[in-house]
Amino acid sequence: MKRTVHPDGVSLTLGITLFYLGLVVLLPLSLTILKSLQPGPELFWQIFTSPRVLAAFQVSFFSALTAAMINGVLGFLTAWVLVRYPLPGKKILDALVDLPFALPTAVAGITLAALYSPTGWIGSLLARIGIPVAYTPSGIVLALTFIGLPFVVRTVQPVLQAVDGGLEEAAASLGAGRWQTFWRVTLPTLIPAVLTGFTMAFARGLGEYGSVIFIAGNRPFVSEIVPLLIITHLEQYDVIGATALAMIMLAVSFLLLLLINLMQAWMSRRYPV
Amino acid sequence: MRIEVQGAIKQFGQYRALDQLDLHIPAGEMVAILGPSGCGKTTLLRIIAGLESLDHGMLCFDGVEATHTPVQERRVGFVFQHYALFGHMTIFENVAFGLRLKPRKQRPAESVIRKRVLDLLAMVQLEPVASRYPAQLSGGQRQRIAFARALAAEPRLLLLDEPFGALDARVRHDLRQWLRQMHALVPVTTLFVTHDQTEAVEVAERVVVMKQGRIEQIGTMDELHANPASPFVADFMGGANLFHGRMENGTTRIGEILLESAPFQASVADAASCSPVICIRSHDWQLGRQPNGQRTWHTVVRHLRPSGAVVRLGLESLQGAGSIDVELTREQYDKHRFQPGETVFALPTQVRIFTDAPKGSVVPN
Repeated sequence: MKRTVHPDGVSLTLGITLFYLGLVVLLPLSLTILKSLQPGPELFWQIFTSPRVLAAFQVSFFSALTAAMINGVLGFLTAWVLVRYPLPGKKILDALVDLPFALPTAVAGITLAALYSPTGWIGSLLARIGIPVAYTPSGIVLALTFIGLPFVVRTVQPVLQAVDGGLEEAAASLGAGRWQTFWRVTLPTLIPAVLTGFTMAFARGLGEYGSVIFIAGNRPFVSEIVPLLIITHLEQYDVIGATALAMIMLAVSFLLLLLINLMQAWMSRRYPV
Repeated sequence: MRIEVQGAIKQFGQYRALDQLDLHIPAGEMVAILGPSGCGKTTLLRIIAGLESLDHGMLCFDGVEATHTPVQERRVGFVFQHYALFGHMTIFENVAFGLRLKPRKQRPAESVIRKRVLDLLAMVQLEPVASRYPAQLSGGQRQRIAFARALAAEPRLLLLDEPFGALDARVRHDLRQWLRQMHALVPVTTLFVTHDQTEAVEVAERVVVMKQGRIEQIGTMDELHANPASPFVADFMGGANLFHGRMENGTTRIGEILLESAPFQASVADAASCSPVICIRSHDWQLGRQPNGQRTWHTVVRHLRPSGAVVRLGLESLQGAGSIDVELTREQYDKHRFQPGETVFALPTQVRIFTDAPKGSVVPN
């Protein structure tokens, strides 16, 4: 039998990639799945449909979604400013964007909680006009916005940098004003990148734990997130309950991410750049 | 549309892209702006389009000042070197873009837009690709779509920035022919920038040669070849040998070669000595194996490049004038069949001497 030889070492790199993905991603995840199958479907369903769990899922998904949407807009704006405007100290601003990546999430959570608690600098001002942030779902959104910002900025920035200036000039020469150019030409070119950043920020927001628990107040049915619920189960030595939750979280997250990826694939088929 | 540029100055930091430039383009002409990179030709085009603004000077369209008119209101079609098609729109939508942008009152009905776009696509012979995306087209096809898009809103002026620069030689040649036909069909004033003089020859009626932010000469290609205003133009048009000479007491020398140029001496009688540039075109030579009078140059053949109807010879002067490119017709060459290494006597039939004065004078030899 004749073996196909790949000159660029495809078989080697493919082998390493599959082994690595298997070891680092698939193995732990499949153990979770196996473990979660132990209690049987009834208990599983019982855990999932308990009101407190449902509420936690709601809080988790809606806050992650809201934060990702805020980041979609503000991160886009930040990338725009960083790329398009000549600012003094731009390099410093650019480096600041990465800080949420580097900072231990607990530090971020504690800092935000201190700032936005009813006695904090900003929190006291907001409390005066009747907008409590800390210890409410808004606090969760705030923490997740902080955590997710770099994802959108860092995916949009390089694409924006690579946008052919001729595109906007061509639009202008055809009679398009600034806004028309932005809506009809620039934004559609950047949408796939914004969507990628949004997805990453959303995924990160779903799983985020450290920064949220300090500012969320963690009140059941109001501001309790699923990762916290999992930890709570674990602290009570309820491993089965924890893995069941993890399993559901995994399935829902995977479905959502798959959906967004399919959407992206569809868009890049429609707009082959 | 008639274009006038007066006293145009444009500065980018230390670099002066346009330096007191004046230009007049009559309506309906196809004009090439030719020059080496960095001469300001693209800046001039972008200023006429309104994509760049002037630091000083004035721009008029049909006698009406347009220096500060925004690009959107100038009604110019601009074609970019890298096409700049909108990747997220179909070919049809790309061409329709300018029409769809018009304010509601002026916007043609959908059926009118549709007809106009399909007509334009038919004109560029790309009707079948209307529903495809730019990424699915070849470079030459994309550039034709860019033309159609620029023409859709009926511009008063068509500006092309190195439109064929990113295409391969064969496609480039076809598109140049095609562009000429287009211009005959749609006689809108057209300006195109190029650094390739063969492109200018093939497409333009008139050529504007630029150098360092100024216009060096304007004319038909024939005029520029026959009567270059400066050594720069002669050199840039190609096919010319430039020599640095010495002028003393009314005689001009290149190395040990003495140029007798009586009519010329009179015109610069007051210049006792200067360093002129001597230009002899590569087809203005007679070659022979015997010296032909005192003015023949002693040379040796270095290399030989037969290419179709002409044979190019690289000669080297034995009198310190450097290397000389000579172009013989096949017929002339076949008479002698010079070989590399052979000593050859070369007689220039027309010599042009440029002093610092702006105009060179022709010396019948």
